[in-house]
Amino acid sequence: MFDQQLANGIFLGAVYALFAVGYTLIFGVLDILNLAHSAIFMASSFVALALVRHGVPFWAAFLAATMFGGALSVVLDRVAFAPLRARGVGGGALGPLISSIAFGIIVVSVMRGIFGPDEIGYPSGSVPTANLHLGHASFTAMDLSVLLVSLVMMILLSLLLKATPLGRAIRAVAENTKAASLLGINVEHTIGLTFLIAGALGAAAGILIGAQFNAVGILMGQRIELKGLAVIILGGMGSIPGAVLGGFLLGLLEVFSVAYLSSSYRDAIAFAVMFLILIVRPSGLLGKRAGRTA
Amino acid sequence: MEWLVHFYALHSKLIDQVGINAIFALSLSITLQAGHLALANAAFGGIAAYVASLLSIARGWPLSVTTLIGAAAAALVGAAVGWPVTRLRGVYLAIATIGFGEIALIVENNLSITGGAEGLSQIPNQTTTWKIYLVLAVLAFIFWRLRRTRAGWAIAAVREDEHAAASFGIDPTRVKFWTFVASAAIAGVAGSLYAHENFFIAPGDWGFSRMVDILVYCVIGGAASPWGAMLGAGIISLLPEVFRFLHDYRDIVNGVVLLAVVIFAPQGLAGLWARDRRGRKATPPGAAEAQGS
Repeated sequence: MFDQQLANGIFLGAVYALFAVGYTLIFGVLDILNLAHSAIFMASSFVALALVRHGVPFWAAFLAATMFGGALSVVLDRVAFAPLRARGVGGGALGPLISSIAFGIIVVSVMRGIFGPDEIGYPSGSVPTANLHLGHASFTAMDLSVLLVSLVMMILLSLLLKATPLGRAIRAVAENTKAASLLGINVEHTIGLTFLIAGALGAAAGILIGAQFNAVGILMGQRIELKGLAVIILGGMGSIPGAVLGGFLLGLLEVFSVAYLSSSYRDAIAFAVMFLILIVRPSGLLGKRAGRTA
Repeated sequence: MEWLVHFYALHSKLIDQVGINAIFALSLSITLQAGHLALANAAFGGIAAYVASLLSIARGWPLSVTTLIGAAAAALVGAAVGWPVTRLRGVYLAIATIGFGEIALIVENNLSITGGAEGLSQIPNQTTTWKIYLVLAVLAFIFWRLRRTRAGWAIAAVREDEHAAASFGIDPTRVKFWTFVASAAIAGVAGSLYAHENFFIAPGDWGFSRMVDILVYCVIGGAASPWGAMLGAGIISLLPEVFRFLHDYRDIVNGVVLLAVVIFAPQGLAGLWARDRRGRKATPPGAAEAQGS
């Protein structure tokens, strides 16, 4: 029982973490709460499903739809954020929050028009379903792939941020846009690439969760959007390791609370934790700045 | 006159909804006027709706009494939540209030007294069009008068510059707290009116998507203007009716309009109107062109 719950919590946490990492990356760099991240998550999941249904193997559909998510995220930046940036509207203002909501509404509406309001599953045999065992826990090959792919992507992201010129540029822009620009960093270009990465990570999370639960639907974005918010608050806004830690913690908390307490308040856990963290320690577990006024 | 009667008979439900949405928009407008983004109005509307509906089902009290009690309950919860959260700034306040809204929803989904996920039905249908618009008119009058009072100046000062306001002896946290409580109470009035107009309420009526709707009203109309908020509520409530022929795609219109307003008219429609009026009086050379582009 315990082994099984632990495994379930880790698999759930991996997807939360992967979703939240892209979410928090945008916040860390631009101070923007990107509420269209979940729409990209959902849209990419549909794109992967549509490709698989047209006979494309799952791994190829995964790659293509991840790139689609990255591209959509760049479009999001150009349409919803870049015009506001050009006018000098900073993060924390109402504008970017609203324009990301607007972009999300458009994407959701287009997807509902194309795919309809119902949840769709993968054709049988198109995703790995073999049962595996470890200790007293049993899980599918898909569960394991989700965990492995998430871990690989998160490790790649931290390597990219730590050890590459692009990573240094992203961190410089996050620290101070003007200073970065004075140092010869192409700020707009760097921001564009940041959105590409964040979008691809959100897309990957959407595709994996759709395949894992074998259900892709319009509402899946809304469902994870606010959970993702709880994850990045728990970990600390803008902190990548924080988002990873927060994702796994929330996954485990939810699974264990259902197993040992009650299932009806499962979703309340995320928001109760988020609310408490904001009041007690707004910088989260690993964040560096406090969100409280003096 | 006859076409008016006919028009009303055909669209009375929609007219009522426009009015209720306008009250919701005003409830958000007061916190936006103080320059902070709190996103729990839908949740407060829900709390008041449940309290008022339960009272009118169980006791048969009149709408005015149940609505006042519902709004008071929302204000009380608003005070309890607002005390810690109005100390948070910017996006953290928004997130904390979203979190509170979700918790309220989950509680409503799990309590037996609220009817759980099935909701409450057989709420007496006491709301009428004139009652909604009377409330709206009274609130609009209060908002209009508020601008010239000390409280109104304090709210505007906190919006423009918290530190400068503090140096004039205004306590920004206090202003934020009281606007938050007032916002909860007004949202409560709207929620109770909604419940007694619809016979039926469920937790899903008060979720994040309704909160986004309310935010959209205010942004389209002009975030810091009560007139704009009401105008925005009217326009956005009517748009889906106008664009019915788009079927599944009609939400796109909302998204596109919202995006266009944020990017091209950040002060909302009220801002466009004010700009136009200023422009006619005295336009610095080139200013109009620069703004229009």
